[in-house]
Amino acid sequence: MGHLLTTRGKGRKAAGTALTYLLLILFSLVMLLPFAWMLVSSVKNANDVFAYPMKWWPEVFVWENYRVVFQKIPFALFLGNSFKVAVFATLFQLLTSSLAAYGFSKIWFPGRNALFFAYVATIAIPWHAYMVPQYFIMRSLNLTNRHLGLIFLFSFTAFGVFLVRQFYTSIPDELCEAARIDGLSEYGIYARIMLPLSKPVLATLAVFSFVGAWNDYLGSMIYISADDKKLIQTGLRLFITTYSADYAMIMTGCVISLVPIFIIFIFSQRFLIEGIATTGIKG
Amino acid sequence: MRQARPAARRPLLSRRMKNYLIGYSFILPNFIGFAVLTLIPSLVAIIMSFCDWTGAGFQGFVGLRNYIEMFGNSTFQISIRNSLLYALLTIPSILVLSLAVAVVMNRPLKGIGIFRAIYFWPYVTAVVALAAVWNMLFNPDMGVVNQFLGSLGLPTEYLPRWTASTTWSLPTVILAQIWKGTGYYMVIFLAGLQTIPRELYEAAEVDGASRWKSFVNITIPMLTPTIFFVLIMLTINAFQVYEIVQVMTAGGPGRSSFVISMHIYRSAFVDNRFGYASAVAMVLFVIVAALTVIQFKGEKKWVTY
Repeated sequence: MGHLLTTRGKGRKAAGTALTYLLLILFSLVMLLPFAWMLVSSVKNANDVFAYPMKWWPEVFVWENYRVVFQKIPFALFLGNSFKVAVFATLFQLLTSSLAAYGFSKIWFPGRNALFFAYVATIAIPWHAYMVPQYFIMRSLNLTNRHLGLIFLFSFTAFGVFLVRQFYTSIPDELCEAARIDGLSEYGIYARIMLPLSKPVLATLAVFSFVGAWNDYLGSMIYISADDKKLIQTGLRLFITTYSADYAMIMTGCVISLVPIFIIFIFSQRFLIEGIATTGIKG
Repeated sequence: MRQARPAARRPLLSRRMKNYLIGYSFILPNFIGFAVLTLIPSLVAIIMSFCDWTGAGFQGFVGLRNYIEMFGNSTFQISIRNSLLYALLTIPSILVLSLAVAVVMNRPLKGIGIFRAIYFWPYVTAVVALAAVWNMLFNPDMGVVNQFLGSLGLPTEYLPRWTASTTWSLPTVILAQIWKGTGYYMVIFLAGLQTIPRELYEAAEVDGASRWKSFVNITIPMLTPTIFFVLIMLTINAFQVYEIVQVMTAGGPGRSSFVISMHIYRSAFVDNRFGYASAVAMVLFVIVAALTVIQFKGEKKWVTY
């Protein structure tokens, strides 16, 4: 009797596992279908993208699309611009956020809590609420239509300071205290003890920062007007609206714009997802 | 300790003062940027909303005129209605869907990491490329979606016209956002689920509770802090939505998918009515802040820590 129960239990468990996998695979298909469509269409003839009835597999593979797209608009320039802005914004963000996080978590000074509160409070303020005065300030500093302006725009996020500070508070103060007794200055403690310890959180912030700058659309829409200074998203958008009937080519452009993010994602998804899972909730 | 120090050589700055300055020096590089680009603009925006400020510059204080004008402006009314509709539809959908997927995934299965990564991937991709492919898939005449629905036997005249129709354009954007955002919240829920002790479920199983019963009586109550966090994030994000609407429908057709952030952007950067745009921005801020405060107030009633 007992034996019968356990085998029935096992059978039910196996069926449950199979059902779970079925659900997970179905959901994966929904998530991946648009990307599959993008990829396949990117090597089709322009006319085949909207064939009726639809064809999933291209009749001929037009690899040419990947060469031609670079000739139609200055795609390489847009990619380069985005790369430059994203890399510098990330470096700047990492440096200033980790410094500020150290100040907010390991050194006491008057007004520290009030300042930190100002950071946290702005996380809830929508960007649109202060976009207009921000534009005026940027313009008066002569930072509009320049990549430097965008680099600054992406560098000083309250989120970055908040994220690193959360991590630093989890490092025991005794560690810093011991280093102080050994004669290390605050800057020495920051550089030689905290930075090496905070590699995981800095890596998470680096990925967020790079991806954020790369995917930004609105920032460069507001601040960049010259075509040759456009970043990848605004450049791609320009391409889409200019060649609106060139469906295959548009998909080619989209695929290219996703490649850097895809590469980063493949390498970082594990710690990125774990980083969100832990810091997201504690936040 | 301090008195014990020899008084012979008094340093220019006391040691405490020097420590404060060191503290400030760590904050300063970030704070300059933060103050100039976020803090000061946020404060200036409040003042600006009471001004007549156009492309020609500051024209004087006008008190509440921008605010009064706004409520009679049909574009404002439509965009508020659309933003509310967007929030009402995306928030519960993403909440329920991401929780459901997380619950399904929360068991020791092989390859779970791959599924997790696949569901998370749309979240990190840019809306410009996504909108391009979505608009092709949802093309009313030749798109994959309508061809599929047609093959199920739905008569052509009943097929939704998606972003080409005033009824369906906003729902299409909402659908895209649910698809894009679910993976992110699923990851957060999954982490929350993993903090629930297994013993609770085992005890419930011994007592003969069904899986649904343990979900309602264990999972949901134990997960309320996470649900609360996700709810706040979803609310803040829903009222700020801009990019995905802009690249999918640009607010159209007509004004059928025009949202509040678009009204701010257009008023400021297309019509050069900066004072008016700031007033609308203040309303957006008040809505977000009020909803966040309400949720925090309600927190004590249903969130168990």
